[in-house]
Amino acid sequence: MIVDANVLKYGDDINTDLIIPGKYLVITDEKRLGQHAMDGIDPDFYNKSRNGSILVVGENFGSGSSREQAPISLKNAGVKCIVAKSFARIFYRNAINIGLPILECADLWSEVRDGDTLSIVLEQGTITNKMASRIFQANPLPPFILDIIQHGGLLNKLKKSL
Amino acid sequence: MNIIEKILSKAAGMNEVVPDQIIDAKIDYAMINEITGYLVANYFRDVGAKKVWDPNRIAIILDHTIPAPTAEAAELHRIVRAFAREFSIPGFYDVGRGGVCHQVMMEKGYVKPGEVIVGADSHTVTYGSLGAFSTGIGSTEMTSVFITGRLWFKVPRVVKIDVSGEFSKFVGAKDLFLHVAKEIGFSGATYMGLEFGGSTVKDMSVSSRMTLCNMAIEVGAKAGIVEPDDKTTNYVKSKTSDSFTLLKSDKDAEYERTMDIDVTNMSPQVACPDAVDNVTTVSELDNIELDQIYLGSCTNGRIQDLQVAANILKGKKVSTRTRLIVVPASQEIFVEAMNTGLIQTFVEAGAAIATASCGACYGGHLGILASGETCLSTTNRNFIGRMGDPNSKLYLSSPAVAAASALTGQITDPSKLR
Ligand code: SF4
Repeated sequence: MIVDANVLKYGDDINTDLIIPGKYLVITDEKRLGQHAMDGIDPDFYNKSRNGSILVVGENFGSGSSREQAPISLKNAGVKCIVAKSFARIFYRNAINIGLPILECADLWSEVRDGDTLSIVLEQGTITNKMASRIFQANPLPPFILDIIQHGGLLNKLKKSL
Repeated sequence: MNIIEKILSKAAGMNEVVPDQIIDAKIDYAMINEITGYLVANYFRDVGAKKVWDPNRIAIILDHTIPAPTAEAAELHRIVRAFAREFSIPGFYDVGRGGVCHQVMMEKGYVKPGEVIVGADSHTVTYGSLGAFSTGIGSTEMTSVFITGRLWFKVPRVVKIDVSGEFSKFVGAKDLFLHVAKEIGFSGATYMGLEFGGSTVKDMSVSSRMTLCNMAIEVGAKAGIVEPDDKTTNYVKSKTSDSFTLLKSDKDAEYERTMDIDVTNMSPQVACPDAVDNVTTVSELDNIELDQIYLGSCTNGRIQDLQVAANILKGKKVSTRTRLIVVPASQEIFVEAMNTGLIQTFVEAGAAIATASCGACYGGHLGILASGETCLSTTNRNFIGRMGDPNSKLYLSSPAVAAASALTGQITDPSKLR
């Protein structure tokens, strides 16, 4: 699977309350959740991301709550992949399970700018910065996680098994 | 093996597990609330599942938005209520029946030592207080658990926290955890387990152990746990007649690292905006004026917490410069607080009381802060905007500091009250 899009870059410790504040948790329409993604960090996020983006973030992305509305809102805001220095545990599992690809790569963050175009080969975990013609290596996803992503999420896998 | 490794190996049907190993575990109990649970109910139908793996091992507890403040919230209630009825889930707690999901799980005897429990809420880590392995998961995985009764885990590395010494008056589990958070850091235990032990933890009530384990997620941990002992057994036996096994760490168990903490001379701790590890002692906070004080939540909304606060507030009035909101963590606690006169004390002091629920904790229902306001809360998270507007400020403390601060309208050391 190849993901191509422009970078939106943010910093460390972006928690789930910043990604989707508590007041929006009663929204059941995923499209509308997408319009409020990253509300606590960048109120203009949806407009920047809606046509497709790769989120490049720092340490401990997605800490805090187990709300799956966090990765759902990002996915519905047009985010195609998240590359972080590190993720919080529950967010990591949630993103994979809803079929939003995410990668951990320590080196990328300091070497990209907002608006750069990246091309990511998920199977290998290679990230090419087309603006700088540089290639970065992310920690490759374990096969069973890649399998969930290739199914488009855990639910599609479950459906098949029932 | 340490206690977490023992519980996980039992759940995986293996003789031994080691850190970082991926295992497939049998789940003993699963919990959802309305915020995460409506997604589970919808996904369950989407995938075409016809029945849950075991209706007697599922709890559905409304707590974040009760009673419903909006039609949208009422719709979430409707979805999970219909699900509970359709699949005849006995452990369903509607508005006015339960309270904060984690408190209800403990009170109703759904948590037993040595078991593996998952909840679609990050503070599921609370149940480690009874020597169970419990952790928060998302709604998609929960759908899978509802169907299969199993889930994969990576066996965590475990940090052992050995606590000794006697607490001073007005200092307790909350202060201890805030101190730990300062030492470990906001993400310092990501993916790890925290095992709390030592003489101080042995002396603690189950309620205090709950406060400790509840906050393990705030430093990124996958689980917090306390070895079960007589207090654990007595607590569980008072809630359920089911049998259980006490699993404990071996003497030669291996840990990622060990931390020693002596609580002698520890003073009340406060986490300052906007991070749980931004911790200082209450005496260093001068003239922090408070618009609101919140006493409640799965961290500090139990009878022991209300009692500490009521002792400080009894016969006195909340400062006219601030407001105090008190929310018992469960209906059971609410009843006990009425029978013991605590509710009377709070109301006479000028506090607002609300239905047993998550209350003001997460900024989505009641007690929401306006831009520029400052709140001191007994909850577990002070992320930006957690309790309302992104320009509000949030401090975290124990119930004792919260009650003392309610009397003065600014952050106050209870031992300094005249
Ligand atoms: S009381 Fe607060 S932390 Fe606990 S479950 Fe409710 S919202 Fe979450």
